[in-house]
Amino acid sequence: MELTINWYIALSAVLFSLGALGVLTRRNAIIVFMSIEMMLNAANLAFVAFARQLGDLDGQVLVFFVITVAAAEVAVGLALIVTIFRSKKSINIDEINLMKG
Amino acid sequence: MGSGPVVYIFILMALVSITSAIMMLRSHNAIHSALWLVLNFSAIAVLYVVLNAPFIAMVQITVYAGAIMVLFLFVIMLLGAEQLQGLTGARGGERYHKFVAFVLVALLLVGFVILLTKGGVGSGGETAVVDSSPVALGLRLFEGYVLPFEVTGVLLLAAIIGVAVFSRSKKKKKA
Repeated sequence: MELTINWYIALSAVLFSLGALGVLTRRNAIIVFMSIEMMLNAANLAFVAFARQLGDLDGQVLVFFVITVAAAEVAVGLALIVTIFRSKKSINIDEINLMKG
Repeated sequence: MGSGPVVYIFILMALVSITSAIMMLRSHNAIHSALWLVLNFSAIAVLYVVLNAPFIAMVQITVYAGAIMVLFLFVIMLLGAEQLQGLTGARGGERYHKFVAFVLVALLLVGFVILLTKGGVGSGGETAVVDSSPVALGLRLFEGYVLPFEVTGVLLLAAIIGVAVFSRSKKKKKA
């Protein structure tokens, strides 16, 4: 059996779909965030796989940017979740339907 | 090049990552979800090594599976939100989770051993292996991506200020 780039892209697509499924089905805001992380990670896997295939480092450099943005996003997102939880006593995203605090 | 032991590593890691992703979506306890996600990230880190990106694999372990997931766990425990859930389902059906976790971690370790003994950095592709040491990566980063690098710094600063503002306005409300 020969391991080609298609396998990695397929795995990346599966993980991305599972992450999207989590975002759409789960109602716990923290788990929705984790699913988003998983989708970013699937994109990273595709980046690295393409970098390997093309023999180029640009894909790997882009992964660094994705990881940095993900870290910033998690910090802000979790601070938002903590703030919302303090005011509404819930992180069920179905109950968070008002812009007003 | 892309054959031999690396095929087994890929199959094992694909199995571990997909199963742990499904378990993450299915578990009712947010802390369990976070731990499943750590397993998912670890499996993908092994794939990064196979894909000639050892430094990114280490960053994945330290930043993603380490720092970001610790932040998640911290917030979950701070809020006491581990039992809050959206998907209502019958509880008690999670007894097999422990078994699945043992099997998946064992598979991860098997993949790791294969990687250390028979596989190699960058053995999972078809084209020639290029130098992907931290030196080469840093050179590429600072030669071709200086502006994005600076913009990322501004983004991190904005995130820090945003988080500080969030936590400050609450104190004012209480006082």
